[in-house]
Amino acid sequence: MNSFIPRIPLDAWIESGLAWLTTALSGVTRAISAFLGTGVRGMVDFLNWIPPWLLILIFAAGAWKVAGRKVGILSAVGLLFIWNVGLWGPTVSTISLVLIATAIAVGFGLPIGILGALNDTAHQVLRPVLDFMQTMPAFVYLIPAIPFFGLGAVSAIFSTVIFSIPPVIRLTTLGIRQINPELIEAADSFGSTTAQKLFKVQMPLAMPTIMAGVNQTIMLALSMVVIAAMIGAGGLGGEVWRAIQRLRPGQGFVAGIGVVIVAMILDRVTQKIGQVKRNIND
Amino acid sequence: MSDSTSAVAEPASSDGQEDRKVKISINGVYKIFGKSPEKARKMVEDGVSKDDVLSKTGNVIGVDNASFDIYEGEILVVMGLSGSGKSTLIRCVNRLIEPTFGTIDVDGVDITKLDADELRAVRRKKFGMVFQSFALLPHKTVRNNVEFGLEIQGVDQKKREEAADRALELVGLGGWGKYYPDNLSGGMKQRVGLARALAVDPDVLLMDEAFSALDPLIRSDMQDELISLQGKMQKTILFITHDLDEALKMGDRIVLMKDGKIEQIGTPENILSHPASEYVSRFVQNVDYTKVLTAADVMKKATPVAFVKDGPRVALRKMKESGLSGIFVVKQANWELVGHVTADRAVEAAKREDQWLDHITERDECATVAPDTPVRNIFPIVAENNNPVAVIDEEHKLKGIIVRGSVLGALSERGDNNDE
Repeated sequence: MNSFIPRIPLDAWIESGLAWLTTALSGVTRAISAFLGTGVRGMVDFLNWIPPWLLILIFAAGAWKVAGRKVGILSAVGLLFIWNVGLWGPTVSTISLVLIATAIAVGFGLPIGILGALNDTAHQVLRPVLDFMQTMPAFVYLIPAIPFFGLGAVSAIFSTVIFSIPPVIRLTTLGIRQINPELIEAADSFGSTTAQKLFKVQMPLAMPTIMAGVNQTIMLALSMVVIAAMIGAGGLGGEVWRAIQRLRPGQGFVAGIGVVIVAMILDRVTQKIGQVKRNIND
Repeated sequence: MSDSTSAVAEPASSDGQEDRKVKISINGVYKIFGKSPEKARKMVEDGVSKDDVLSKTGNVIGVDNASFDIYEGEILVVMGLSGSGKSTLIRCVNRLIEPTFGTIDVDGVDITKLDADELRAVRRKKFGMVFQSFALLPHKTVRNNVEFGLEIQGVDQKKREEAADRALELVGLGGWGKYYPDNLSGGMKQRVGLARALAVDPDVLLMDEAFSALDPLIRSDMQDELISLQGKMQKTILFITHDLDEALKMGDRIVLMKDGKIEQIGTPENILSHPASEYVSRFVQNVDYTKVLTAADVMKKATPVAFVKDGPRVALRKMKESGLSGIFVVKQANWELVGHVTADRAVEAAKREDQWLDHITERDECATVAPDTPVRNIFPIVAENNNPVAVIDEEHKLKGIIVRGSVLGALSERGDNNDE
């Protein structure tokens, strides 16, 4: 077969394309790099400046308030354990990366998802792109991040955003599209503008679904931030990565448990935010 | 009863309908779903059936050449089974669905020609819509739901809260404003839906199967309540239903639809007594006539009557000529009912040589009903009285009489018609 059809040099095209993009966008990427780098460092420094016991108290109290006593206690115990095994610093930087990456992913994902809900053409285009993004092995996103942003936290955030944005887009679109058509008709029949319909009817009704998307995005972001340790993201993933290189299973597991604890806290808390209470508001 | 009206044409209006204002005029409206509506329309005009149009062109005929007027202040019921195009038609009226062809004039303005802004203005000003599944916003309280139309219009908080509370009061839900729709039963939810539509004080209420999702008893209550509300409000109401009993109860006039086409337009009585087609007559077969027929439909002409100036002997003579054992007494000038005289009393009076009838006229024992009293409510009255029942209007004028035989006779007559 090789003698009949020459091999398509797709890899070479992608590389030259990326190389061109890197130089063409160097101004933009450098600005993003500087901005995000400062943001991440600022947040990590700030969280580290707060004494661990106080931060644990704040997290636990927040979790209690949002998700109930059980989750509050679980958060306190889990975070105390992390502090005890000496993983406080890496945990703080992992949480910072996850929160920043999620904020960016939701910031872009929400409007894109709304576009996909309101416009059929956008919907048709988005679907295969999102399928592609979600089936591509996560590691692959790490490679182009490096020429764009260099080794470190900014590259980690970039690849994390790409990897974790599909659920929030998908579920925003789904949440809006699955609203009972009579409700949309009701909004129209009273003479709503498109914006009134979106903000007074569609977004509020889609909110539980959208929050499920945000929850998934956070979970994906956490998993990607751990993987991004390979390109110097540090944090809990960095601890795991170091344990692999030194063949220290004990250390690796302890860091892994740290990831699980962070994941459980983020999951339980964000799940609860998605559930809206509808009762008598006395 | 006039028997001269033709079945399809609207009855020549004898009750002052000619001076009623047309609120909405629907002219030649088609809704054709699909890519080649022109071709599909030509085919249906040539008499090709809906199914054949679908299989040959892939176009679905939703509404097929609908034309009728809706008068100001009337309840017009569009009735048909599912797939008859009634829900599509009501949505064409406020353009939730764009009509493919035809014009719809609301207060003389063709709304099919309006641009988006103008349409929005018309929807805000003129229409209030009530939906089958209530379509309340679950994240808003009952009061906020009722306020919705005013919120959209940018009315300020205080005013719209007042309007919402007024509307809730009107539908019997005062004090429920702070609850959420999920806390309410189906019937209450639809009251909220109705209040939401009324809060914007629209000219026209569009009610799409508004009561179809409710339990029979609650449904009947809601029907009664809407009728009594309508007595106070005098809105123009376009009411969609698949239930003939509901249509007959609610409608001043009924538009019967089948397969997107209008089969018949007329008053409930007109549709029952003169079904325009095989389809309509099959449809109306199972109707409970005691609910539909009124005193006016079953009464007999009150002849002869005695006048106050008649003496007992004249009255006796009139009774004798017609083989009656009693006679109604009216004022000669305006046929205002005075009472009833039995033959026995007339004989006594004649022996006493009375000159006038008024001494022997039974005023209190004379049973009366209004012309629009349903027959089912007349049965007990007829059963309790030996004398015939008088049918009188608001001015106490004698319109006719009801004897036992005439009620049953009228009912069995209808039954015979249906078997044809």
